[in-house]
Amino acid sequence: MTTSLSTSRGFLFGAMTGRATVITLGLILGAAVLVPVLNALPDGSPFKVPTYTVSLFGKYLCYALLALAVDLVWGYCGILSLGHGAFFALGGYAMGMYLMRQIGDRGVYGHPVLPDFMVFLNWKELPWYWYGFDNFAFAMLMVALVPGILAFAFGWFAFRSRVTGVYLSIITQAMTYALLLAFFRNDMGFGGNNGLTDFRDLLGFDLRSDGVRRGLFIASALALALGYIACRFVTTSRLGKVLIAVRDAESRSRFMGYRVEHYKVFVFTLSAVLAGIAGALYVPQVGIINPGEFAPINSIEIVIWVALGGRGYLFGAIFGALAVNIAKSYFTVAFPEIWLFFLGALFVLTTLFLPKGCAGLLSILKFPGLGTGMGFARKKEAGND
Amino acid sequence: MLRIPVSLRARPVILAFLALSFLLDLLSATPSRADDFETSVAKLNDQSFTVKEEAVLELVQSGDDRALAILSALQDGELFSHKKQNNVIVFSQEIDGAPHAIDVLTAADLGEHGKRDLKKITINNKLRGALKAALGALRLYSKDPDTRIAAAKAVLANPSPEALPLVVEAIEKEQDDAVREALDMAQAALLLTNGDAEERLAAVGMLSGSMDPDVWQVLGRAAGQEADADLAAAAQAALASIENQKSVYNLLETLFFGVSLGAVLLLAAVGLAITFGVMGVINMAHGEMLMLGAYTTFVVQQLMPNAIEYSLFVAVPAAFIVTGLVGIAIERSIIRLLYGRPLETLLATFGISLFLQQAVRSIFSPLNQPVTTPDWMSGFYAVNGALSLTYNRLYIIVFCILVFLALLAVLKRTPLGLQMRAVTQNRAMASSMGIRTGRVDALTFGLGSGIAGIGGVALSQLTNVGPNLGQAYIVDSFMVVVFGGVGNLWGTLVGALTLGVANKFMEPWTGAVVAKILVLVFIILFIQRRPRGLFALKGRAVES
Repeated sequence: MTTSLSTSRGFLFGAMTGRATVITLGLILGAAVLVPVLNALPDGSPFKVPTYTVSLFGKYLCYALLALAVDLVWGYCGILSLGHGAFFALGGYAMGMYLMRQIGDRGVYGHPVLPDFMVFLNWKELPWYWYGFDNFAFAMLMVALVPGILAFAFGWFAFRSRVTGVYLSIITQAMTYALLLAFFRNDMGFGGNNGLTDFRDLLGFDLRSDGVRRGLFIASALALALGYIACRFVTTSRLGKVLIAVRDAESRSRFMGYRVEHYKVFVFTLSAVLAGIAGALYVPQVGIINPGEFAPINSIEIVIWVALGGRGYLFGAIFGALAVNIAKSYFTVAFPEIWLFFLGALFVLTTLFLPKGCAGLLSILKFPGLGTGMGFARKKEAGND
Repeated sequence: MLRIPVSLRARPVILAFLALSFLLDLLSATPSRADDFETSVAKLNDQSFTVKEEAVLELVQSGDDRALAILSALQDGELFSHKKQNNVIVFSQEIDGAPHAIDVLTAADLGEHGKRDLKKITINNKLRGALKAALGALRLYSKDPDTRIAAAKAVLANPSPEALPLVVEAIEKEQDDAVREALDMAQAALLLTNGDAEERLAAVGMLSGSMDPDVWQVLGRAAGQEADADLAAAAQAALASIENQKSVYNLLETLFFGVSLGAVLLLAAVGLAITFGVMGVINMAHGEMLMLGAYTTFVVQQLMPNAIEYSLFVAVPAAFIVTGLVGIAIERSIIRLLYGRPLETLLATFGISLFLQQAVRSIFSPLNQPVTTPDWMSGFYAVNGALSLTYNRLYIIVFCILVFLALLAVLKRTPLGLQMRAVTQNRAMASSMGIRTGRVDALTFGLGSGIAGIGGVALSQLTNVGPNLGQAYIVDSFMVVVFGGVGNLWGTLVGALTLGVANKFMEPWTGAVVAKILVLVFIILFIQRRPRGLFALKGRAVES
């Protein structure tokens, strides 16, 4: 369960070892195979998984990847981003733009190039930033590049100026809030309030067919697995150790000669790219992307997934995302009144009694002698985080 | 006589007599005068238009309240004589679907009348002109100064030559300065349109400083005149100087809007300046404290539905107490356990905010609650045609200043404030001096929350009171505090005002949403330059 053994082995193989890693990857890949197979069973079979559930869990996997991205910056580098929902949404919008272009002339207004909302707004031609999004490869490049570049620019300025701690959290929140306001505007050319929706095809396949749904689920699971491996690779490498050093004692790391801001920018950008990919996989499965995804509360919710699962534990982030979202799906249907009480209590109780989340609890119970997760040394937690 | 100004000027004696008799009328309506009034009304039915015109003039001079209705009915062709009832002058009014004749003198119902029973009292063009002037005059001579000003403005808006003698006469006997000023303006407008070249130029000079939109129109018309080049040029110059003044007033108005927005931001943020700024607690539930304050206003108004005018004076202390107690409860139960862990505090207080939102949703409803604005807060104060200040914004600014000063006084002048500052500066030392730090923490948090509640009372007058009220202000509040510099109340004040004014000055160019986005982007960039805000605390302690 502990991850500290694997850190010494370094490099790519190190990233694949460790009991938690093996179990996590096994579970993800197992689900990637099992769920589509069960979905492909004939109707009436007792083991048949309905397509709705496949998409629902595909959505959870995207959230898990997003949580992984947040854990990478928060759990390992101490950067509490309250704006990761923005990177997620930007990736989603890039995918949504591709899907909009795929509709072609089958929209309500039947315009061969312009999406419906542009025809409705009386626009005559496609804005320049929509060019190229009819090409899948270009769109996928943008899924990674747009959040990546934004994160790089944002991180470059913020970390170089040594904006840390709460200040950083608040300006990341301001960033996503500004984007929320911007995307709500019709003039932006992203569908305003309604966002992008009414998707039909992905790479020429009908989005509503079971096969595409299964394919998206598998893609999400693979993306999560690859994202996990990438994060493992980063956190177990030498670079990862520096990140942990920055998290625990930023000034001291700087005095030792590390260019702290470079490490931070790198990990922040990587995390944003992962979040963007998660968003891109999320959009075709839920069928809509709108500015609501930029809402600051969404970003804070991601943080609580990670906090509950256990920050500083990659598998903890995945677990937290899945657990909270499954609970959310259940509560919002069964007891819609209770959900916010539950979520609020979860925030309070987790921070008060489970500072290291469920994963931390697990490691304390199973390995009382080790007692720490990834890099949470005996050092007190206060101070730099 | 009323139609021809020259004749009026030529007979000052008569004019003086008219004015005198008018004044006398104002003082006393004697029975004999009332008889005169009846005779004058009866004269309206005379065959001769000259006699009718005399009658109109007499009615104007009578100062009788009934004259206005009678003359306007005459002008509109709705005044009749009743053939079957001794040719009494009547209005025709529909009562229960049947036309009834109403005596103009007594307002008595003379019963149903047939189509042929009434004879319309006819007027000719000459009389119509006299009537128009007479009606304008009636209002100019009203007992109520406001009506007189309104009449003068009406003349100004629509300067017709007949009005000139009336205005001239009214000016001579006017005692009220404000009315006289309005009359002077009306006279200038009349001269500008009807006077000779010299009078016109003088009128332009008279009008050139005015801030009345109607004056701008009059001047605009004069400026457009091709015939008189001098006059057109003078009017152009006057308009240009008015444009200049107008832009100054527009600037002032924008500034006022900006300051009032800044006051709102300050009211929303000043509580946070205590909890976050002074104590260092990242209180994400701050927005919900605003919300609780707003809901307290709502409840207070429900409890005293007959005294809405005074409800806010009750709501302010009530909101302070309610949110203060909630704040103390939160501090004692949760935040106390998280000191020194700012990010955890952020998450826990966010949980609290979700909890409070849902609580309000469950107790009241997910819908917005109607909070009434007292009458004394609605309306506006018009400085002039270009600048008017709405009362609610004015009161918000005043209220904001009071709250800020009160808070400063508490922090600087009370033992509690002293202890608060001591604890925030050096907790261990304060503790060893015998200050009960735990109690001070609770009270400080309670104070910050209570102030937020007061801010909520103010917000309830400006925005919808619903479960999401807090969410709308939390980001703004943090921006203000961070921009101003943590731990510095003056920084919060400057921050709020700067952001408010900047926002309002950008709005005309960019629109409200983009202005807000630009402000956010500006703050993000600003934090890069000065990570600790506008007025950063200096010293080593900051770095820890």
